[in-house]
Amino acid sequence: MNAAYGLGAVLLVTVATLAIGTWGLRFSRTTSDFFVASRSVRPGLNAWAISGEYLSGASFLGVAGLVLAFGGEMLWYPVGWTAGYLVLLVLVAAPLRRSGAYTLPDFAEARLDSRVVRTLSSVLVVAIGWLYLMPQFRGAGAALESATGLPPWAGAVIVAAVVLANVLAGGMRSITFVQAFQYWLKLTALLVPLMFLLVIWLHDGGTSPASASVVVDGVSGLDWSNPIDVGGDHPLYSTYSLMLATFLGTMGLPHVVVRYYTNPDGRAARQTTFVVLVLLGVFYVMPPVYGALGRLYAPDLVASGGTDSVVLELPQRMVGGLGGDLLTALLTGGAFAAFLATSSGLTVAVAGVVSQDVFSRRLEGVTAFRVAATVGVAVPLLFALVARDVSVATVVGLAFAMAAATFCPLLVLGIWWRGLTAAGAFCGLVVGGSLTGFAVLDRLLVTRDHGWFAALVAQPAAWAVPASVLTMVVVSRLTKSSRPAHVSRFMVRLHTPEAVALNRNLENG
Amino acid sequence: MVVWHRWRLSRRGFASDADRATFQTLHTASLASPALRAGLTAETVEKSLRHLRALLGTPAVAIADTTGLLGYDGRGEHHRDQAAALAARAVAEQTGVVGGPRDLACDEPGCPVRHAFASPLVIEDRVAGALVALAEQPSATLLRATDEVASWASGQLELAELDESRHRLVRAEVRALRAQISPHFIYNSLGAIASFVRTDPDRARELLLEFADFTRYSFRQHGEFTTLAEELRSIERYLLLEQARFGERLTVTLQVAPEVLGVRIPFLCLQPLVENAVRHGLERRAGGGTITIEARDVDRECEISVEDDGEGEDPERIRRVLAGDPGTDSVGLANVDERLRNTFGDEYGLVVETAPGAGTKVIVRVPKYAPGIGP
Repeated sequence: MNAAYGLGAVLLVTVATLAIGTWGLRFSRTTSDFFVASRSVRPGLNAWAISGEYLSGASFLGVAGLVLAFGGEMLWYPVGWTAGYLVLLVLVAAPLRRSGAYTLPDFAEARLDSRVVRTLSSVLVVAIGWLYLMPQFRGAGAALESATGLPPWAGAVIVAAVVLANVLAGGMRSITFVQAFQYWLKLTALLVPLMFLLVIWLHDGGTSPASASVVVDGVSGLDWSNPIDVGGDHPLYSTYSLMLATFLGTMGLPHVVVRYYTNPDGRAARQTTFVVLVLLGVFYVMPPVYGALGRLYAPDLVASGGTDSVVLELPQRMVGGLGGDLLTALLTGGAFAAFLATSSGLTVAVAGVVSQDVFSRRLEGVTAFRVAATVGVAVPLLFALVARDVSVATVVGLAFAMAAATFCPLLVLGIWWRGLTAAGAFCGLVVGGSLTGFAVLDRLLVTRDHGWFAALVAQPAAWAVPASVLTMVVVSRLTKSSRPAHVSRFMVRLHTPEAVALNRNLENG
Repeated sequence: MVVWHRWRLSRRGFASDADRATFQTLHTASLASPALRAGLTAETVEKSLRHLRALLGTPAVAIADTTGLLGYDGRGEHHRDQAAALAARAVAEQTGVVGGPRDLACDEPGCPVRHAFASPLVIEDRVAGALVALAEQPSATLLRATDEVASWASGQLELAELDESRHRLVRAEVRALRAQISPHFIYNSLGAIASFVRTDPDRARELLLEFADFTRYSFRQHGEFTTLAEELRSIERYLLLEQARFGERLTVTLQVAPEVLGVRIPFLCLQPLVENAVRHGLERRAGGGTITIEARDVDRECEISVEDDGEGEDPERIRRVLAGDPGTDSVGLANVDERLRNTFGDEYGLVVETAPGAGTKVIVRVPKYAPGIGP
């Protein structure tokens, strides 16, 4: 393709993002506009922002690639990434907002009254953040490679530098308007080319990519569209484990949780989550369609292993000429936005934790944040360069598994069970964190053959989550006497709707 | 565990057993002190008793206040009532009480509780309760140790009392501020409203309603905290009333990031700053002035600034005001500074940028989350 168009799109995205970031705050308001100025972020706008920050390169490029390569079973990724918000809506959203916590470690400290659990939570936030950042860099490197022909390591380094510069300049602070814009940008960038592609597909006769006659790399369309994997050893286990990881992992993602603070109250938090479900549902219809079309128009990518770039390749192959170039440019811009939004959000979240809990005693505020952001980008970049070649969505899946085995039990038990103690939470976090941590290292460093052990390690959520929950419950029961004294009061605060007149300030007065 | 502990101790350079014992004792005492520092309640007693028992090395200990037993830790739980009776005696007689097998009669074989010492807990010359040590053998050392531990615990409780009185002081300051906002402002506002009654009755009515809402917020009785949104709403009313008086001479610019509107801030911590800005930026100037209020989202903190383009101040004078010099008139500034420091820690004090002729900018930083301050 013509690299100039792609680069132009990337530049345009960057400029638009920065412009909205500055312009959004430059509203000068006189007293007559006081009402407007003191109105909080509406749930709809906040939902756009959450979706904008959440939809990463893995969603934009990775899902289509996975569906092309492995077929129907990979639909569980987008399903799970969306359904995670349903669990969040029902169990966590409103109480989490009412707790007043800004980050996950804040929640741990507020609920359990323990500095030790807070520190451990901070470590886990950093671990999950890094695990999520690493595939972003790889994915962006691969995308840049297919657009410009640079070696993948150079691409990863360049984009890491762009993210770091962005975060340090303060341009991509999680400003609501900017993130909301990112959602609509990604939606448009995926939707417009898809319309053209579908028209061409219908014009070409509209062959179903799932029909038995379409054979790619020895797999017929019937096998390809099977939602339970037919290739692996233990398809049923892997599928359920993946579902568990994605359903429960969403609530443990650091950059998602901080956005809930923007909601004025618990009710707004629920409304926001509901809108997010709708927005994600709409978005996730599209990437699998790209994957399916890829089976008809770009089957060679399966054999060459370059399926992650199927979204960027299709316009060239199906439309061609200037139209193809323009559509590809639009998609490149969207992919870059997806990558930039998520990486920056994560970097800010990780740097916030690191600067507060590690550097704050030694360095002054702004310097601490800068050093932390640099470390926060450098470590996952290093991992991205040395780790084995694993698909973007798989590593993201592992990050979800780790979040599901650590923060999900902490949040759900912390919110719904007054018996949780600091010791119980600590042991549960250690068990969940180390089990999934082991699985992650194994997956990234060792190549495994087929068999039960390989299946268990590849999808650790199904055993790590129960182990973590069980540890928390058992240890909490054993240490009943150390239950935090304020737990009943805290529970009342978490679960009482704001409309109920409750003297919420009593404990401070 | 024990071995590791030993190894750690020896590594830190404790030469003799005596050193080790001293360290152990100090360490146990330090474990008990945070709970006691929170005052004498069932909850804090439960947390500290375990450590006090380790300190005394007895089978059981108990603590009572003047109304009854607050907690019992250790073996021989059936002696609770007897321990309570001994504690009550110690409280009544204001001196140590020794209890023998007669006071602690029980028919349980092998019960390790045969003797008890009750020692009063004294807070600022007032007996607040008693510490009871229950033991198998009477010994002069234990009697002495109980007295010493009781007086040490009393010291911790006195510190707790001190903390509490500091908090009371802060609350009193909020009340004082509430009461002090007004005379000038109320007088001026009512005057301004009165001037509209004939010429523009509708506006007068609106202003009166604003005035009512403003006073309701400022005089509300409960709570030390509010949200930035609520405080801004009150400031809006205040400025509307001031504008009724100053008309076109007062211009206000607002830049508020909507993300931080839900941040919890100490009640009435911005309003005095705005009042100051109006007073210094406007009243002494002929041509009128502009007040700029900004709230920015800075990661884990929210940064709020109130700026006027008035005649400014001598930085030295502001320094004296913040240091609490009673001879200055800006009570509001020092009060806000002190409450911010008390609530969030010393690093969250006010920052004032000013120079003669260059206007004044006051910056408040507030963490989005601080332990103990929830919605």
